Amino acid sequence: MTTEISTTQAPSRRSASFDFLKTHVREYGILFALIAIMAFFQIATDGILLRPVNLTNLVLQNSYIVIMAVGMLMVIVSGHIDLSVGSVMGFIGALSAVLMVNMGIPYIPTAIICLAVGATIGAMQGYWIAYWRIPSFIVTLAGMLVFKGMMMVLLKGQSIGPFPNEFRAISSGFIPDVLGGDGLHLTSLVLGILTAAAIVAMGVMARNKEKKHGIPDEPFPFFVARNVLVAGAIVYLTYLLATSRGLPNVFIIMALLIGGYSFIAKHTTIGRRVYAVGGNQKAAKLSGINSERLTFLVFANMGMLAALAGLVFAARLNMATPKAGETFELDVIAAVFIGGASMAGGVGTVVGAVIGAFIMGVMNNGMSIMGIGIDWQQMIKGLVLLAAVIFDVYNKNKAG
Amino acid sequence: MTAILEMRGITKTFPGVNALDNVNLTVEQGEIHALVGENGAGKSTLMKVLSGVYPHGEYEGHIYFEGEEKRFGGIADSERAGIVIIHQELALVPLLSIAENIFLGNERASRGVIDWGETYRRTEELLARVSLKESPRTKVTHLGLGKQQLVEIAKALSKEVKLLILDEPTSSLNEKDSQALLDLLVDLRAKGVSSILISHKLNEISQVADRITVLRDGATVSTLDCHARQIAEADIVRDMVGRPLNDRFPKREASVGDTLIEVRNWTAHHPVHTDRKVVNDVSFHVRAGEVIGIAGLMGAGRTELAMSLFGRSYGEKISGEVLKSGMPVDVSTVQKAIGNGICYATEDRKSLGLVLIDTIRRNIPLANLKGVAKGIVIDRRKEREVGESYRRRMAIKSSSIDQKTVNLSGGNQQKVVLSKWLFAGPDVLILDEPTRGIDVGAKYEIYSIINDLAASGKAIIVISSEMPELLGITDRIYVMNEGSFVGELPIAEASQEKIMSMILNKGERA
Repeated sequence: MTTEISTTQAPSRRSASFDFLKTHVREYGILFALIAIMAFFQIATDGILLRPVNLTNLVLQNSYIVIMAVGMLMVIVSGHIDLSVGSVMGFIGALSAVLMVNMGIPYIPTAIICLAVGATIGAMQGYWIAYWRIPSFIVTLAGMLVFKGMMMVLLKGQSIGPFPNEFRAISSGFIPDVLGGDGLHLTSLVLGILTAAAIVAMGVMARNKEKKHGIPDEPFPFFVARNVLVAGAIVYLTYLLATSRGLPNVFIIMALLIGGYSFIAKHTTIGRRVYAVGGNQKAAKLSGINSERLTFLVFANMGMLAALAGLVFAARLNMATPKAGETFELDVIAAVFIGGASMAGGVGTVVGAVIGAFIMGVMNNGMSIMGIGIDWQQMIKGLVLLAAVIFDVYNKNKAG
Repeated sequence: MTAILEMRGITKTFPGVNALDNVNLTVEQGEIHALVGENGAGKSTLMKVLSGVYPHGEYEGHIYFEGEEKRFGGIADSERAGIVIIHQELALVPLLSIAENIFLGNERASRGVIDWGETYRRTEELLARVSLKESPRTKVTHLGLGKQQLVEIAKALSKEVKLLILDEPTSSLNEKDSQALLDLLVDLRAKGVSSILISHKLNEISQVADRITVLRDGATVSTLDCHARQIAEADIVRDMVGRPLNDRFPKREASVGDTLIEVRNWTAHHPVHTDRKVVNDVSFHVRAGEVIGIAGLMGAGRTELAMSLFGRSYGEKISGEVLKSGMPVDVSTVQKAIGNGICYATEDRKSLGLVLIDTIRRNIPLANLKGVAKGIVIDRRKEREVGESYRRRMAIKSSSIDQKTVNLSGGNQQKVVLSKWLFAGPDVLILDEPTRGIDVGAKYEIYSIINDLAASGKAIIVISSEMPELLGITDRIYVMNEGSFVGELPIAEASQEKIMSMILNKGERA
């Protein structure tokens, strides 16, 4: 009797892990892809990639893409697309320059005005998309042209700068080291360790809860491996940053946005409704979900995040230029799709989109260090996007 | 007379279902042959076999056309032989002209360059043959349905049709257009074109048909010769429905309370053709604990009635009143309808009922997310408990509540849809074709669930095209036809014959 049980259980456990891997291959795949790409460039650039200074650069260079990718994820999950984000971002950068530099308005009111204008722009586009059922591709393509033009009107063809120092600190500043480490930015490191500990603790708690109410989906070894990997990476990367100047301010903004939007997407009714509308709009509507209002809000939110990205970008360059934001929409959209979102809507995660953004960012950064020309970089990035989506479709066909 | 078509011993099975069982059909040269039967009797399947939609090899039996055995591999094959089918849903491209539609895929061209002169000249000839006075350049979208039907026939004539199959050609036409179409069929018969006419309208059939074949449950019941003797409609009806009811239904002991919901003078117009009334001045009521049925043929307006009641999900210019327990209630949006305890489970569960890419757990609370949330934060544990409890209660067969609904069988998908609506806590539940496409065992389970819901004091409205089902599970039946309620039968007085004659006689009591 006992032997019988043990012989039947062993293979079933193995196949459970296998099944889990099969159904979650995408989520793990993207994480491993990022690690593999980082490892590759770490070697190919003779260790330059993970040097603290370069790592800081990597974060700063990608911050605005990550910020917009979070909003774009919600847009794409709801079954739409927003092509206007690059132009909106440039327009808001220009607006902030006009307000602060030309008109001398302090940076806090300026930032508030800019975020409000961004949200209004998104809301206006969302209005046509949600209530008039005009395809988002067309509305935001129009928006892309309109706001590009409005930016040029504001700038009159010239760059405006420099910005006040307090404003520049958004992008180029670092958090103060209140703990006062010697040669090491202790506050940053402690924050990193606390974050890692919090992620692990929440993971354990969620798993225990699941255990109490049924078998947890994820096999234990996977759970451990994933947590060790994630926590280890966070601690290691913050350590690297701490040996330089510590955590950039924008890193904190990013972390809060990622955490906040991840929570909204996964754990709130509004997040759930966005996924349902993207998954099957008719069924969602017939379940009493106000899909129009949701679509409207998703676009307003996207506009606000594009405005935030615009501020961060302008602060980083220390001026508003007519070139700002050009083709950024494509990087943002690519990041979301590399991160596993589906063009048809209803599928995708915030964390996936962020990882997708960093995959693009690491490739940009690594290839630049290696001295690969922008022409080759474009081609390689394009192929990576195609490969990621082919991988998705292949998996889906195999599962279906 | 010789037979142009002979179908012998046609058997077609779908997984688990015998759609056609040894069906024979013979059409003589130059006759109009009517094919009648209830929804699901196998008429469409038989015509799909004939036209090659189900190619040779997917069915058993033989098809002889003009004396030769034919093995069609697809529609192109059957059309080449001279068999053209015109479906209920017309297959015209609205934004192309009449001429472009007629020669679509069959263009008058040399080396890929279209000869427009020839195209328009030929189109004019064809339009003259069907007596349609329109320019070949007119876009199809500007034509009414009757004229579109004629364009379809002209298109068939352009392919040198010998046997024309019309599937419910007059179901959406008015009297005048219907008559014109029937006259055309008679005219074509005189010119040697045979036709098979699938129709529910027995008066039209007795007007033009030479012979009638009745199908029931996938088998030929009878072939009646209209010239040999006078065929009474009652004879056809008896042949169509004459099947015994066995105990496919759970016992039902109704304990009916006061009127829970009442609908008065409900009217809804077509969303595009807003002058057409799809639901016309319908009034009805349902008592607590009562199960009522709405019978009717496809296109009678039953789904449209239900969806227009449920938050105006269908139709334009909707008017009428809904009273719940005697008080008027607002059902102008889906949210308000659900809030007032009125829920609607769709007939189209795949495209309207479920988020197929999502799991059972995520689908069930979709209409009542507040029920599993604290404030705006979803309580995962609660959600899981709700999912598990419905999985148990409804006996949803699945590996777990984390299984995606796309991978469930039809019956289990239906149970998820029902779970979703039960969790929304309705007082009035409208079930649209609740057992369509699911197997007998699962049907029985769904009937039991309906019984339990009624026993708990809810008012249940069942829309079904299967008359035995309505007779088996309801307490009262309303009969709907062409947008109006044409009769009401307490279950004790109801029979398939009575319902059928109510539909066919447009409301004259049988």
